[in-house]
Amino acid sequence: MTTEAATPAAPSPAAARLSGAHHRLLAFASLIVLVLGFSLASPNFMQTSNIIAILQATSVNGVLAIAATLVIITGGIDLSVGTLMTFCAVICGVVLTYWGLPLPLGVLGAILAGAAAGFCSGTFVAKLKVPPFIATLGMMLILKGLSLVISGTRPIYFNDTPGFTEIAQGSIVGVLIPSVPLPNGVLILFLVAIAVSFILSKTALGRYTFALGSNEEAVRLSGVNTDRWKIAVYTLAGSICGIAGLLIASRLNSAQPALGQGYELDAIAAVVIGGTSLSGGRGTVLGTLIGALIMSVLLNGLRILSVAQEWQTVVTGSIIILAVYIDMLRRRKL
Amino acid sequence: MLNRRTILGAIGALAMLGAAVPASAQETYIPLISKGFQHQFWQAVKAGADKAAAEFGVTVTFEGPDTEAQVDRQIDMLAAALAKNPQAIGFAALDSQAAIPLLRKAQEAGIPVIAFDSGVDSDIPVATASTDNLAAAALAADKMAELIGGEGKVALVVHDQTSRTGIDRRDGFVNRVEEAYPNIEIVTVQYGGGDHLQSTEITKSILQANPDLKGIFGANEGSAIGVVNGARELGKTDLVIIGYDSGAQQKQAIRDGLMAGAITQNPVGIGYETVAAAVKAIKGEEVPAAIDTGFYWYDKSNIDDPEIAAVLYD
Repeated sequence: MTTEAATPAAPSPAAARLSGAHHRLLAFASLIVLVLGFSLASPNFMQTSNIIAILQATSVNGVLAIAATLVIITGGIDLSVGTLMTFCAVICGVVLTYWGLPLPLGVLGAILAGAAAGFCSGTFVAKLKVPPFIATLGMMLILKGLSLVISGTRPIYFNDTPGFTEIAQGSIVGVLIPSVPLPNGVLILFLVAIAVSFILSKTALGRYTFALGSNEEAVRLSGVNTDRWKIAVYTLAGSICGIAGLLIASRLNSAQPALGQGYELDAIAAVVIGGTSLSGGRGTVLGTLIGALIMSVLLNGLRILSVAQEWQTVVTGSIIILAVYIDMLRRRKL
Repeated sequence: MLNRRTILGAIGALAMLGAAVPASAQETYIPLISKGFQHQFWQAVKAGADKAAAEFGVTVTFEGPDTEAQVDRQIDMLAAALAKNPQAIGFAALDSQAAIPLLRKAQEAGIPVIAFDSGVDSDIPVATASTDNLAAAALAADKMAELIGGEGKVALVVHDQTSRTGIDRRDGFVNRVEEAYPNIEIVTVQYGGGDHLQSTEITKSILQANPDLKGIFGANEGSAIGVVNGARELGKTDLVIIGYDSGAQQKQAIRDGLMAGAITQNPVGIGYETVAAAVKAIKGEEVPAAIDTGFYWYDKSNIDDPEIAAVLYD
């Protein structure tokens, strides 16, 4: 209580930064508590293989959540991240398996497909003034349909591309340090997180991302081409979904065209648990990463404890509400 | 203060969770990772597994993803199950290829894998407990031919063209008609995702396009209910409808005469045989590689026979 009282009432930048750090600390503390709790409850939880399983389960949702974070900070929402991920995986399958082109082109194809779809969403939102919820809902369905059409509703396997499964399942870290067989998928998640953190904090794109979410009108009136920056944010988010598409395809050694719907909600949940405000202007990649970890630790832990599946979903839902409630409490104090 | 309160709350919640879970280090533990969870069919499989668990004195858990598209979620479940060092594992693969690395890990750790429902395309499972869907759908074709007098137009409403069960039931029916009933014409095969509403709309458009259609085969519970709804909404009473699986609605449709009859698998048997095979494998006893859990034709006349009623579910 004393620390809060000492904080000035006016939301000065320093106070905002402090409270942001405070929330991350809170989310991080919750994560630690969960990990400790599950470790005490079951000896099978704190095993290297299980920790790696948790991180691997986080990799796809984590990358998607980082993409969603960008859009949410601008005050928008992206409902298309899940099916866009699938679409990118399918495009990658077309490039590698149907056309038989080399691996780097498949990687490029997935990321470019994501960027193109993100560019479309961004254009709908910025130029056509379609509300983000509707624009990305439409994109979610368009991409879901296109994935099914392009793949002929069948999974596309990557058996002809040796090394494709290494993207997510291999372990460069494990080769260097044999005792830490961290899968590449997790490494890619961390690299994406570092890159996007850098963009948000050190580049003009990052500054405009926050500015669009705080007060778009003011930014526009100060002579900035807000449409262009908004489209850039959606395009970046789309290309990150392309990376998620690569991760899931590599993990499953196949592009599964029917998968993806519903994944946007998990991504948004991770963003919200991580303290990013749905009303825009505020959020961090680190918070989102912690949010995604909390979700997978929770699910994995409940499974390890053999909690019935019905209850697993109840607990997950409660945690989401609890996390946002705590966030609200904190903000009211500002 | 908030911080401390939250942490205390979380610890409390976890302590409760911990207390709710019995210390089960000594027990024989067999997790079943299924293709689904909330559908009545999977609940019936779970009931069979629970029955075997009680009988053999082992602990089983039953989990599956929300939809049959979520291949990655199923892999996460399998990974968590393996982390618990089970004595054996039951697995119904959504996509065999995706699961092979983990199954290999289980094999290396000496954990026998029992495949159930649609099996796993690999030699890792020591046994597979499943329905012969090809033969079951062929029986549906025979019944259809019998009920429409061996000639006329029929159609199929199938749940999907990607899953093993969708493919086998479609092919089982179509192949049987092609080889045995030259006077029966299959006008169309449509896919409704096993969704009641979607299958209803599909059925109505099939009936509108083919007013002289004599029969429709709905290849799973949702498809079959959709066919019944579609025919009822169009007031078409002379259509021969054959369903698959059971469920309260389908049973009622058969009692009411809206549906001629249906093929039922033995989901309780699938669950039971999976656990029974796992127990045998743990003890090092020999287990047959393929366990046919059987299927039955049921209609108004035998729906209440004890043998049939035992394998139907609501």
